[in-house]
Amino acid sequence: MEAFRKIISKAAPLPLENIDTDQIIPARFLKATTRAGFGDNLFRDWRYDEQGNPQPDFILNKVHDAAILVAGKNFGCGSSREHAAWAIYDYGFRVVVSSFFADIFKNNALNNGLLPVQVSEAFLQELFDAIAADPEQLLEVDLEKQTIAVPGTGKSETFDINPYKKHCLLNGLDDIDFLLSKKAAIEAYERERALYGGIKQEVTP
Amino acid sequence: MAGKTLFEKIWQAHVVEEVAGGPSILYIDRHLIHEVTSPQAFAGIEKRGVPLFRPDKTVATADHNVPTKNQHLPIKDPLSRSQVEALVSNCERHGVELYGLGHPYQGIVHVIGPELGITQPGMTIVCGDSHTSTHGAFGCIAFGIGTSEVEQVFSTQCILQSKPKTMRITVDGELQPGVGAKDIILHIIARLSTSGGTGYFVEFAGSAIRSLSMEGRMTVCNMSIEMGARGGMIAPDQTTFDYLQGRPFAPSGAAWQQKLDYWQTLYSDADAQFDKEVYFDAAEIEPMITYGTNPAMGVAVDKPLPAANGDQSFAKALDYMQFKPGEALLGKPVDYVFIGSCTNSRIEDLRQVAAIVKGRQKAPHVTAWIVPGSKQVEEQARQEGIDKILAEAGFELREPGCSACLAMNEDKIPAGKYCVSTSNRNFEGRQGPGARTLLASPATAAVAAITGKITDIRDFID
Ligand code: SF4
Repeated sequence: MEAFRKIISKAAPLPLENIDTDQIIPARFLKATTRAGFGDNLFRDWRYDEQGNPQPDFILNKVHDAAILVAGKNFGCGSSREHAAWAIYDYGFRVVVSSFFADIFKNNALNNGLLPVQVSEAFLQELFDAIAADPEQLLEVDLEKQTIAVPGTGKSETFDINPYKKHCLLNGLDDIDFLLSKKAAIEAYERERALYGGIKQEVTP
Repeated sequence: MAGKTLFEKIWQAHVVEEVAGGPSILYIDRHLIHEVTSPQAFAGIEKRGVPLFRPDKTVATADHNVPTKNQHLPIKDPLSRSQVEALVSNCERHGVELYGLGHPYQGIVHVIGPELGITQPGMTIVCGDSHTSTHGAFGCIAFGIGTSEVEQVFSTQCILQSKPKTMRITVDGELQPGVGAKDIILHIIARLSTSGGTGYFVEFAGSAIRSLSMEGRMTVCNMSIEMGARGGMIAPDQTTFDYLQGRPFAPSGAAWQQKLDYWQTLYSDADAQFDKEVYFDAAEIEPMITYGTNPAMGVAVDKPLPAANGDQSFAKALDYMQFKPGEALLGKPVDYVFIGSCTNSRIEDLRQVAAIVKGRQKAPHVTAWIVPGSKQVEEQARQEGIDKILAEAGFELREPGCSACLAMNEDKIPAGKYCVSTSNRNFEGRQGPGARTLLASPATAAVAAITGKITDIRDFID
């Protein structure tokens, strides 16, 4: 996983609530067995028409070099598909801002170096307004300080992040390395406290 | 000292270690996998050079991406085929039990776990699929995970999890005729919204929940994720134990009694504190249907849609569905009826549909698909003659899989068509690009197929 510290970038606004993972990456694009290439189909059915022509009004067809996605409340609800986080990351985003994130999406994002920044409803509106006023508006997200700022308007807000996840993200470490280092404790748990054996173990032949 | 919630009891029994300032290391008793969210995790452990830590606690099936017709033939779509083949070779290489295509146990992952007795009270169960919450009906901590977390479980049989808050939803009283488990959960989600449960693990309680069969309880827990909850659970009781006894992987002999003693301790203590409590009166719940593009956009089938409220997301949803604010849904024509998915594809669902359609005919313009949740359900339907009743009514009984629930395979609802569906998600394009989904119970779906329009089941049964 790539480390994340700070980013200054343009933002792509998507002021809709409850954007679900089926919109982020429709199921029919989940057939790959590798992690690469999902960005091409990010927001596929909003981005392209049935013939595959770009929909000129959709934001990703207007703004091409934003690394920050700003979306309405309850972003990433629906399925647990990590492909949603892969698609957003693969497309080039490094931060998603919303006033609320669905649980599994938030975890998936953090596990892939994509930073979910949860802001207040009011600040989210300020972001949308600032970007609407100037689509070239830059946002600054600083993980170390846990701040998101709009240098152009002078507004900023702090955001929360689990200290363990912050540490992982700042250092590009992942959970599996960490868990593997805990093997001894896990084996001790199995010996002393595990309640269930293997699938077939409880069945008397 | 205050008592413990059911959730707390199971959680505590599975914490290996708490990480300072971070999540807990949670031990996983059962890991269910399928073809779509596992290949990148298998690739991940192979790249790291670590073995699958506990293959005997892992079970695999192929469900999301399989055809529901002619399953004995090679899969036509090359990408789908290669994904299913990757599952076969990954399971072989890593020693994982696979109930793949052609196996008598194959089916939707959340249908086969319970019916095989793999799902048991007090367990922690995960799967790379959000509807893993289904298994909570047995009194488990069961929840969906992403592929990186699948890889965590592969490599250590543990995942890192922050402890959620707890919510109890109590539904007391008696259900009206024609109202079932699906209506209960659609009603709850409509009240609490798609994010009302975010951050919480929900326990469903109350006399109306207790009165449900295991199938009904699974329907309720299945959709707890649709209000954003991490999962849902119901304390095990005699209904649970009766359902489990004698299933292929349920404990037997001395092990049965030993487990039963433990399972009987699994309930929330009378003085346990929840972070949030919500109450519903069962008598107020009516047959429900959704009209929009998220599962919380539901109404009683005979009530008008909400009025316009200036909300952009609401307007977009109604525009997609081509409905008008304030109008009534009753009598609107329906093109497709889909009875299936991990929410409603169990034998009880099929029996209920058969009882309604017996001796009747579907409307000529309706395409009606019934997709059983598993090979075992399919087999049982044949044994009970349900297949004949359905065929005579013009319904097509297909082979097990997720099918039109997520439209990954060829089972898609065409653009612009209306489908009354017993599945769990009505997102834009969920059942195929441009498809319009109305979520409802199997009974409401069955009557829609017969009349060819949205119908109140209560008018039909009276
Ligand atoms: S039936 Fe639908 S919701 Fe259930 S596991 Fe399959 S795709 Fe997911």
